[in-house]
Amino acid sequence: MPISHEEVLRIARLARLDVRPEDATALLERLNRVLALVEEMRRADTSGVEPMAHPLDAVQRLRADAVTEADQRELYQSVAPSAQEGLYLVPKVLE
Amino acid sequence: MLNSTLAELTAALAAKKISSVELARLCLERIGRLNGELNAFISFDAEAAQSAARAADARRAGKGPAAGPLTGIPIAFKDIYCTKGRRTTCGSRMLENFVSPYDAHVVELFERAGTVLLGKCNMDEFAMGSSNENSHFGPVRNAWNQRRVPGGSSGGAAAAVAARMTPAALGTDTGGSVRQPAAFSGICGLRPTYGLVSRYGLVAFASSLDQAGPIARSAEDLALLMNVMAGFDARDSTSVERPKEDYSRQLSLSLKDMRVGLPKEYFAEGLEPGVRGAVEAAVAWFKAQGARLVELELPSTRLAVAAYYVIAPAEASSNLSRFDGVRYGRRAEAPKDLADLYSRTRAEGFGAEVKQRILVGTYVLSHGYYDAYYLQAQKVRRLVARDFAAAFGKCDLILGPTAPSTAFELGARTADPVQMYLGDIFTIPAPLAGLPALSVPCGFDAQGLPVGLQLTGPHFSEALLLGAAHRYQQATDWHQRVPKETPL
Repeated sequence: MPISHEEVLRIARLARLDVRPEDATALLERLNRVLALVEEMRRADTSGVEPMAHPLDAVQRLRADAVTEADQRELYQSVAPSAQEGLYLVPKVLE
Repeated sequence: MLNSTLAELTAALAAKKISSVELARLCLERIGRLNGELNAFISFDAEAAQSAARAADARRAGKGPAAGPLTGIPIAFKDIYCTKGRRTTCGSRMLENFVSPYDAHVVELFERAGTVLLGKCNMDEFAMGSSNENSHFGPVRNAWNQRRVPGGSSGGAAAAVAARMTPAALGTDTGGSVRQPAAFSGICGLRPTYGLVSRYGLVAFASSLDQAGPIARSAEDLALLMNVMAGFDARDSTSVERPKEDYSRQLSLSLKDMRVGLPKEYFAEGLEPGVRGAVEAAVAWFKAQGARLVELELPSTRLAVAAYYVIAPAEASSNLSRFDGVRYGRRAEAPKDLADLYSRTRAEGFGAEVKQRILVGTYVLSHGYYDAYYLQAQKVRRLVARDFAAAFGKCDLILGPTAPSTAFELGARTADPVQMYLGDIFTIPAPLAGLPALSVPCGFDAQGLPVGLQLTGPHFSEALLLGAAHRYQQATDWHQRVPKETPL
């Protein structure tokens, strides 16, 4: 089931990806090729088959609720595009 | 010396036939000479490498921590491994200037072992690609033929080992990114069982599939690398708790009466004749050693490609949402609001293939499509795993080609993503099932391009796969041939 031009722009908004109108047509063509490949899989008979989320069917390990990490805020914020007094700075959200 | 395997270099260092400083100098000279052509490294730091080599020589002389087998061995990392104080770009403009504040677990383990980090290898952006043409830092070229791709996504690591710039490198494999470039480059690469090697500090692509894997010239070398890198790490929630193993313990394994599975889907139409010929000759060799050949079916093989290209993009769209211009990496100039900051940062920072996969992933996870695509892909994933479980009731390991073709020309498959993706048909099933698999060189096609033989085994059968591949390499010299375009 091919997707439409409007749908590409909708997905791009969901993914927070700015797609330029002039790129949308080429992108749409490539996406529809990939979705055509995927279409074969949709027709496979999987009735009664449990979905497999983990290749060893394992569940995530839990750890004790204890402090294990040292405070490295300054180090980690040193690579931020904009940080001040321990805060990440972004454009104003509320006027 | 540059043509020696890790095992031989280890012996030479122990016998003081060469120092780590000399060895690092030889590798760095070769990187300096060849990197302009091959583009295998994104960054390398000669001074840091020399200083690590001096420390390794001191350890071998009895100063500092006791030396191990790999102390003083030069090594390279795919640029997806976080390395403290060094750039870690993941092949992306998004992380072009990112200097990691910490080391990946595997990087720490090799540092503790005393290896010498030469540099960081080129790769497809965020490990998404099968040709290393998707790097922000330009394509890597195949050492055997520079008009051809080295494979991907660990293409820089494979080209660096093939061209003898480093005796070993560490890559990652999500759908074949260690094995396929190893096959295209005439060297060895192992994808370990899911969870066997810690992924702490590896930039995440598709978390239910990603695994770190070693790349070197021989299976014996891969075993030495696995002895350092495998093991439980509490910082990776998918790390498997099990006792440490010696991956070299089955190197003298007997192939007599070993049951070798041959899936008919792996020898179907579409295989290049040169690949078929080399792989069939390797199968005949195993038979001549007394192995019993078992014909098999893995009927979900083709569906596996489609399922992978739903699951991997879905997980990638989620993992890559962290690149938003706030905490690290690139940020768009003068954003007008927060939404603009996110969407322009991501539009500028990601390349075409990454964007395409994020969009596919977002689509298959979006409201109304989740069951039809994502859940269905997870069910097909179970079918693939069941195929293998049934197969391993009848055989000890599976043989087949690593890829249906040898290295293709740059640009040959960039126009059609599906043509590129279908080239991954033999490397995708093992990761879906969490199985270990390795690629070992098994000959050349008529154009002189290397062919890879893939061995796949049950979970945690790495020692067996390495043993079988080592026996084959003792009888063949494919891995000892030096690429003509990069003579020693």
